[in-house]
Amino acid sequence: MSEAAVSSDPVAVVASPSGAAPILRIRGVGKVFGSGPSATVALNDVDLDVAPGEFLSVVGASGCGKSTLLNLIAGLDRPTSGTLEVGAKVAFMFQDATLLPWLTARQNIELALKLSGVAKRDRRARAEELLATVRLDGRGDSRPHELSGGMRQRVALARCLAQDAGIVLMDEPLGALDAMTRDLLHDEIESVVRAQGLTVIFVTHNMREAIRLGDRVVLMGSHPGRILYEEDIPLPHPRQMDSTEVATRAASLTARLKAQGHTHVG
Amino acid sequence: MSADVLTPNVEVAAEAPRGSGFGRTAWAWGWPKLLAIGLVLAFWQVVYMSGWRPAYVLPSPATTLSKLWDMLGTERFWSAMQTTLTRAIIGFLLALLIGTIIGVLVARVRPLRLAVGSLITGLQTMPSIAWFPFAILLFGLTEQAILFVVILGAAPSIANGVINGIDHIPPSYLRLGKVLGAGTIALYRDIALPAAMPGYLAGLTQGWAFAWRSLMAGELLVIIAEKPSLGANLEFARQFSKAPELLATMLVILILGMIVDGLFSSFSRRLRRRRGLAVD
Repeated sequence: MSEAAVSSDPVAVVASPSGAAPILRIRGVGKVFGSGPSATVALNDVDLDVAPGEFLSVVGASGCGKSTLLNLIAGLDRPTSGTLEVGAKVAFMFQDATLLPWLTARQNIELALKLSGVAKRDRRARAEELLATVRLDGRGDSRPHELSGGMRQRVALARCLAQDAGIVLMDEPLGALDAMTRDLLHDEIESVVRAQGLTVIFVTHNMREAIRLGDRVVLMGSHPGRILYEEDIPLPHPRQMDSTEVATRAASLTARLKAQGHTHVG
Repeated sequence: MSADVLTPNVEVAAEAPRGSGFGRTAWAWGWPKLLAIGLVLAFWQVVYMSGWRPAYVLPSPATTLSKLWDMLGTERFWSAMQTTLTRAIIGFLLALLIGTIIGVLVARVRPLRLAVGSLITGLQTMPSIAWFPFAILLFGLTEQAILFVVILGAAPSIANGVINGIDHIPPSYLRLGKVLGAGTIALYRDIALPAAMPGYLAGLTQGWAFAWRSLMAGELLVIIAEKPSLGANLEFARQFSKAPELLATMLVILILGMIVDGLFSSFSRRLRRRRGLAVD
């Protein structure tokens, strides 16, 4: 009940990058893969600030360096140039959920707890709590292959929460799901993220989804990967994917991307 | 009513034991095997009755099976069995240790892989019996000679299993491990090792098959005095023309090999089913 109240509160604070000190500060970051004539510039001179508690959507065609950017933030890769200041622990939610198939849903969460230093005797209860948070109570003993795509992503979300991170990176986590499951997960991600005060960077190529969830939308272009444009979305939460406001903004932002020659956005 | 009309097979299947689900499963699993054994025994009986070879060279199934029954009551048989199984277990465990260490090193150290990667596969194709003359030169007619060849037979398969297992770890699992904050040890213990398990298990299964074959070859060639073994029993039975004993011992060797192989494959099936992988 309380989660629903939080998520449906129309005056929920929309964080703005100009407000509190940013939890993530990216300055002049570039990433080049390879060297010499075969080198590819994946990211060029990216500047980005993200405020604590902000939900930032990143949209762009494939090859715009979205995933590279997330990898740099997560520390999985180093930038070729520029600086990243990451002010909190980072969790990562992948497109294919990446649950370990030899562990049950609960054990997947327990592993994250273990690697985050939670004492053994507390892990089971904490994992059950997290399963309840993503409305999977009673499914803890299921193996990943016994769960639907939506349930797998909910376990992945619970695993992110288990890491007790301040920043959650989501790399097209709902890209492979059907529309109904996706809408349901939008609501859940939103309520969980707001209840926990998490900062989210959500990568998608669905413009409506970006606007449905984001306090701010960043458009990225390719060759080289860079930030083209950003816009605050001051609509009250929760929003509907098919509402007129979302559709209108999606159309205008898509037009903006197209004007830059980046047309492969749905 | 109509369901009965539509499924006449129900009547045909009525010969199978009805009742518990377990009984049904056991029957479904068991009858093809029983049938196969029945066919082999029938074929054997036909060849026996045809008089192709005299009975003291090729005894009937009944004679052989009753000899097997008698053998099971002798202390000599069980001591032979104990010797053979002890050698098999020790040889396999040593091969497991050595093969695993070599496999991990070759999988992780690139120059080492380039140097000996193909050599390991080459060793696998080497018939282990070809090692015995050399092993006997090195160690004499001793336990060590047998173990040496058993290890050489099994370790390459196990090492290859480790290499395969490690090569087929999905990179996304390792990425996940890093994101979850796993250090080197945790990354191996919690992610890489279980992820490599299916390939490793396949290597162990193959390693066992090679170990068992090498052991039987070894026991035929390296006969140690006062130490009965299944292989030595085969050799003695041949020398003294005890055909029923020879065939009975062969049956024991076949059944032992099948039991252990069955254990490995049921273990591997369970692991695959738990992970939602295709189970054949």
